[in-house]
Amino acid sequence: MGKYPAEFLKIKMPLIELIDISKSYDGETVLDEFNLKIKENEFITLLGPSGCGKTTTLRILGGFVTPDTGKVIYQGKDITNLAPNKRPLNTVFQKYALFPNMNIAENIAFGLKISGKSKEYIDDKIKYALKLVNLNGYEKRSVDSLSGGQQQRIAIARAIVNEPKVLLLDEPLGALDLKLRQEMQYELIRLKKELGITFLYVTHDQEEALTMSDKVVVMNQGYIQQMGTPEQIYNEPENAFVADFIGDSNIIDGVMMEDRVVKICNHIFPCIDEGFGRNKPVDVVIRPEDIIIGKPGEGTIDGVVTSNVFIGVHYEMCIQAGGFEWLAQNTTSYPVGTHVSMRVVPDNIQIMNKPQSEDEEAMALDE
Amino acid sequence: MNKKQLFSGPFLAFILCGTLVPLGVIAFYGLTDRSGAFTVDNILSIATPEHAEALLLSLGLALISTVICLLLAFPLGLILKDSKLGQKGFMVFIFILPMWMNFLLRTMAWQVLLEKNGVINNVLGAIGLPALEIINTPAAVVLGMVYDYLPFMILPIYNALIKIDKNVIEAAYDLGANYRQVLSKVIIPLSLPGIVSGVTMVFVPSLTTFAVSNILGGGKVNLIGNIIEQEFTTSFNWNLGAGLSLVMMIFIIISMALIEKFDRNGEGNLI
Ligand SMILES: Nc1ncnc2c1ncn2[C@@H]1O[C@H](COP(=O)(O)OP(=O)(O)O)[C@@H](O)[C@H]1O
Ligand SMILES: [Mg+2]
Repeated sequence: MGKYPAEFLKIKMPLIELIDISKSYDGETVLDEFNLKIKENEFITLLGPSGCGKTTTLRILGGFVTPDTGKVIYQGKDITNLAPNKRPLNTVFQKYALFPNMNIAENIAFGLKISGKSKEYIDDKIKYALKLVNLNGYEKRSVDSLSGGQQQRIAIARAIVNEPKVLLLDEPLGALDLKLRQEMQYELIRLKKELGITFLYVTHDQEEALTMSDKVVVMNQGYIQQMGTPEQIYNEPENAFVADFIGDSNIIDGVMMEDRVVKICNHIFPCIDEGFGRNKPVDVVIRPEDIIIGKPGEGTIDGVVTSNVFIGVHYEMCIQAGGFEWLAQNTTSYPVGTHVSMRVVPDNIQIMNKPQSEDEEAMALDE
Repeated sequence: MNKKQLFSGPFLAFILCGTLVPLGVIAFYGLTDRSGAFTVDNILSIATPEHAEALLLSLGLALISTVICLLLAFPLGLILKDSKLGQKGFMVFIFILPMWMNFLLRTMAWQVLLEKNGVINNVLGAIGLPALEIINTPAAVVLGMVYDYLPFMILPIYNALIKIDKNVIEAAYDLGANYRQVLSKVIIPLSLPGIVSGVTMVFVPSLTTFAVSNILGGGKVNLIGNIIEQEFTTSFNWNLGAGLSLVMMIFIIISMALIEKFDRNGEGNLI
């Protein structure tokens, strides 16, 4: 240990570490040996369907829930049992949770007053924070008089004036309409850059997660399904759940004939994956926008358009081919009933191992 | 006349017969003498030593009872609110159950308990402790008031407490507040409407009661309520009784206005 300069160790050490965290409610497991490392200055997003344990994870970090087992490490110190008010983190709650008995300035000043800052400092901070969230001059307004989006921004302002090392955000944009949500996404990214603090963000909206994050953690039923950059998560889903959850995709049964050759719906598609062995059943993921539509006979497989909906910018079509209904997107419209062909660039075919059933797993262990 | 006005008819009639007319009658009696001539003597008689003393004692005991009720009800409300018991509603029900028993009966039960040779002193004597001598003292009257009116404090406070958003409390902790700060900056301010209702509902009946002081004071604790009662039932001086009642009303209005001032949100709407 002594050999390495302190700086080096500091860089190596994650800011926060969740180690083997398990939590169950009434015998129902919510988190199962959950492990996560958060680096300083990272924008990391927990993404998963409702009820998968995202809020619970955040509440364990905030100190509002004690895990059944496991540890929460902050800068190398175990803070598992530290009270919420002693933690160097601040939370932006899903439902804003502003203090209704205080005006906007008093709300923002709450944490600063508690920590005994001077009046001038507090006034400066309030001004600064309101400017940061584009609500100049709202000091004297009551909480009731603000719209949802404005309340959300005040909740963010109230958290960041305390200069937390980490900001925990629990679906902060969940209650906003689409346009405001997109605006706020950019605001948050800007804030993150300006403040240089670590964001742990929770959402069930995959688009939001992919737009904003440095790193996305896809969760399901208390387990991490995949962790990676937005590009990795989108382009190389590791299993059918991730592929299905992230964007629209075709998940098709296939057989890996040999390296770089996969058979789907009895048609041979060239791909780039290797090392699956011969005649191995696999799941194949193809994004709808990666399907290239042409005249019959021009592509790898022929089919008939069975539905066609304009969804803005492009058309979303279902194409019946080889006993499977393919979802395809194209800027050109092919009316229902049109005979077409489809092909896919090898790069855009993603091969995944089929999830093993428990029986198969048990058998594999017996051998 | 439209439908809405038609429906409001019975209420207007009630307000007229149940509130305005009796008030007018009391005002008439209070501001006249036996011959029916106008006078303010009945009102001013509050300043006589006997009446002033009774009024001060009433204010004092009502204040003490209200404070005790508040000190009991608020922590109880907090405990009930945070308790993980699935039976929260049932617990509250238990605490307010006495409200549904006859008020006189409850008070008389305390008389039996507190008497010189009553249940409590028998028990104390049996285990060798000195006897409790509070019957017919102001302490017994306060005890009776607290017992009788506590449910009226618990209910509004509990209702106000459970309405506080849990996230708001967590947000306060999250921003670094300790329990005391959460209590003083968030929970108490947000439960103020309930506190104001509770204080009103305990203070007003405590201030005007004569039954509790009759039963537990044994004629030795003379509250303003007792004096007014005696003017009506014993001395048959309705004018004086009505005059003192008017003074009491003014005191209650002033007290409420003072309480209201503490309620920044002004949600109490008591006057
Ligand atoms: N306090 C609690 N008591 C009982 N069950 C809970 C509690 N908190 C969360 N759960 C359960 O844990 C699961 C995960 O909840 P949560 O972490 O809120 O999910 P998410 O935020 O991903 O939607 C859900 O099934 C939920 O019902
Ligand atoms: Mg949640």
